[in-house]
Order: sequence, then structure tokens, then C-alpha cells
Amino acid sequence: MNVSIPTPLRSYTAGQGEVPADGTSLEEVLVTLDRRYPGIRFRIITEQDTIRKHIRIFVNGEQAQHLAVPVQPDDHIHIVCALSGG
Amino acid sequence: MPRSTKATSPQPATGSVALLIGTRKGAFILRGDRTRRTWKLSTPMFLGHIVHHLVLDPRNRRTILMAARTGHLGPTVFRSTDFGRTWKEAKKPPAFPKVPEGQQGRAVDHVFWLTPGHMSQPGTWYAGTSPQGLFRSIDGGVTWEPFSYINDDPQYREWMGTVQDGTPDGPKLHSILIDPRDPAHLYFAMSGGGVHESVDGGRTWTTIVQGLEVVEGFDAANIAFHDPHCVRLCLSNPDRLYQQNHCGIYRMDRSEGRWIRIGKNMPKKVGDIGFPMVLHPRDPDTAWVFPMDGSTVWPRVSPGGKPAAYVTRTSGKTWTRQDKGFPRANAWWTVKRQAMTADAHEPVGLYLGTTSGEIWASHTGGTSWTCLARHLPEIYSVEVAELKR
Repeated sequence: MNVSIPTPLRSYTAGQGEVPADGTSLEEVLVTLDRRYPGIRFRIITEQDTIRKHIRIFVNGEQAQHLAVPVQPDDHIHIVCALSGG
Repeated sequence: MPRSTKATSPQPATGSVALLIGTRKGAFILRGDRTRRTWKLSTPMFLGHIVHHLVLDPRNRRTILMAARTGHLGPTVFRSTDFGRTWKEAKKPPAFPKVPEGQQGRAVDHVFWLTPGHMSQPGTWYAGTSPQGLFRSIDGGVTWEPFSYINDDPQYREWMGTVQDGTPDGPKLHSILIDPRDPAHLYFAMSGGGVHESVDGGRTWTTIVQGLEVVEGFDAANIAFHDPHCVRLCLSNPDRLYQQNHCGIYRMDRSEGRWIRIGKNMPKKVGDIGFPMVLHPRDPDTAWVFPMDGSTVWPRVSPGGKPAAYVTRTSGKTWTRQDKGFPRANAWWTVKRQAMTADAHEPVGLYLGTTSGEIWASHTGGTSWTCLARHLPEIYSVEVAELKR
């Protein structure tokens, strides 16, 4: 599956806006991503395993509320920085 | 309280000075020459990041740690070992422990304060966060762990309060101080939550709020109501502390064990509310504050739009206004708690960063001020980097 990376996180992915990943849940996908791009997970997921306040994650266009959301190999995951910050 | 031996006052520094500047939109380094007359501003580092604190490691004068986040992304610490030329992110930034399913755990919103450890402990750093937490690294800032028991202690958690009990930007643990005579003698302060001291390396802590006032109508016996803004320890006499508090300016001589409100000697029309507190590196009787308007809704600007520092050379018995060089009127800025500092030269250099993005300096102990840089983003912190003693 592919994961869309928002611009604030592309310093971790060497500028790539879309990267491949695998896993059977959103949590596994993020662990895989963090292994490849160390530090990226903590910038979007808290130490309590919740999605940070101004981050949204969509699986095939559906907003994920938690990390246990199951994913399939051909799913598309979007990580989005919500409108905030100023 | 540990021994009362006096620390040796360091000799004045003679090398060049740099200012490490944290802003709401990135970090900057302003490098001066040996005379402190010529200054050169770097290009922004981590442009767009909210940089709460940027601090040089005085033990090697090369390593800089940066407490950063962005509007969207979580908090982290960046680390440079070549004075800001290249940076690496901490492998394990400060974070609270994960709690079991069903329990309400805390998550660090931002790292607010960084303090290098004792000179005898290279690699040790302390960090204060919002929500309030105390963390330590023993590998130069690469990995961080909760320090001491306070983050999970029921009594401390009660004093720390919730996100609703702090500033609009969240309650903050700050002013982590190390006794230069003893690495096990530590202090920290919480806004709100009082001032705390350990003489055994953080195994146990004692609250030191005797003499501090709280907002009128509240009970000073409740530690949660104490709001220290900035606490400083005299390097030239580590048994003396100064404090700018939400409710005034204070000094404590540890032999007395009680805070004295030295701000009562400030002019009544200015008051003694503010954020920063700066101490002379060699004279324990000399300190500076930068008052702000703490009336009505707390405008947090210079009183009357007329910025001025105030200095005491008598350990708080008298204060002198220092406004030469600052705008005479209509300057509606102020200085945050980490944004005013002193160098170790003779005469002492003073530096401050404003909420309007200006850096001001005085190389005459505050008797006159000049603007070194303007048009920066809102300034959160200014720290001196003595590049050579």
C-alpha cells in the first residue's frame, strides 16, 4: 500500500510525498514507517498511541479515529496536517 | 539545605559571544565579535518550527540542544554537535510512559525548558515540559527518560493541575537549576505548582514556597496556587536564589529559608510583575528584571508602552530604572521568561528578545540599550553562548 506524506513530514522521507508501507493495521503501518524513517511516528502519534490533535489519518478516504483500524495491501493511506498552526 | 560554602566567582569571559535565539517561527544565531560591537545574524534554522529553547552545552561549547515542535507535529529535541551547522533529531524525545488501556495518560505537548547538567556530568541534560514533566538525558540529549518520581506522584500531579490550570499555552515546568558545587543539589519550578528542591539527586524533593504570595483570595498553603515565572541561582553565591513570580519579585537566602518580596521596593506605578529574572555572574547583590503590565486582564506588555529594565545592586533593597535607548513611548512589547540573559564579560552584557521580534543589548550593565536585530518572529528565548573563556 502507499502512504501520502504531508510536506511537514517530508524531512523524514527525503522529500518523498508518497511512500510504500505494509501491515495489517494502521499501527503496523506506522511502525513500519518509523523503522524506515526514524522519529516520524512520534511527530504524529502521542506516547499514549493517540493521533495528535492537529493530525488526521484517512484510509481510503475514511478518517481513522484510532490505530487499530485494519488495512489491506491495496489501501491508500493519507496523513494530513489539519488546518491549524498559524 | 546542603553546605553553605561560597562558590568561586568565575573570572570575566573575554572571548566572543553568540546569542542563541528561539522564536515562534524558527531558531537563529546572532554572532558577535570579542568587542561585542559587531553582530551577524544567521539564516533561520528550522524555519516554521516553534522553538521554545536553544541552549549551548557549556561543557564542550559545541553542542546545542533545541526544544522544538510545529503547529501540527509533536514535540521533539534537535541536537547539533557542530554549533548549529548540522542537526539530528533525538532518537527518543521526552515522553510520558504509556498507561494501560482505559486509563488517562499524559502526552507531552512541548518541551519548554532545557538545562545542561553539572560540569562534572558531561552528557547529562534536564528538560521541563508542558504538560508539566521533568525529564533527563544522560547521553547528550539523544535519548530522554522521565526523571525522578514527580511525573507520576499523586501529590505532584495535583499541584501540576491540568491544562486548564496553566497559561493559555499550557502549564510549564521550568527553571531547572543545578548547584555548581554539587550535582545532586537540584531545583525546579512549576507554573503553577511552586518551587522544589532536592539535595539527593532527585530521589526526594522539598517544596520551598515560604514567604511567597499567591493571587488574592487564594490559600498560599496550597502549592498549586504558587506561580513562579522564573527562578535563578546565583553562581557567585549558590545559597542565594532570586525569583520573578506571578505575584512579585523575591530573593531567598537559604540560611533564612524564606522568600522576601524585594519587589515591594519597585516603583508603585510600575509594579513587580514580569517574566524574566537575570543575575550578575559575579555579584550576588545585582539582578535585573523587566516589568510588564499585570493589571486587569494581564495585557503582558511594557507598563504604559514604555519598556524598561530595572536593576538592583543592593539585593533588592533599591531598584533603578534603565530605559536609555529603548523607545520612549508606544512600544507595546514585553520579554518572556527565557528571553533575557547576561554574558560573563566585564562589564556585563545584557541581552533580551522581545515579543515583537527585536534583540536589544546593553554592554554597560543596562545603563544604555541598543537594538541588535529586528523583524524576527516573536522571540521565546535568548541564551548566551560564551565561545571561549
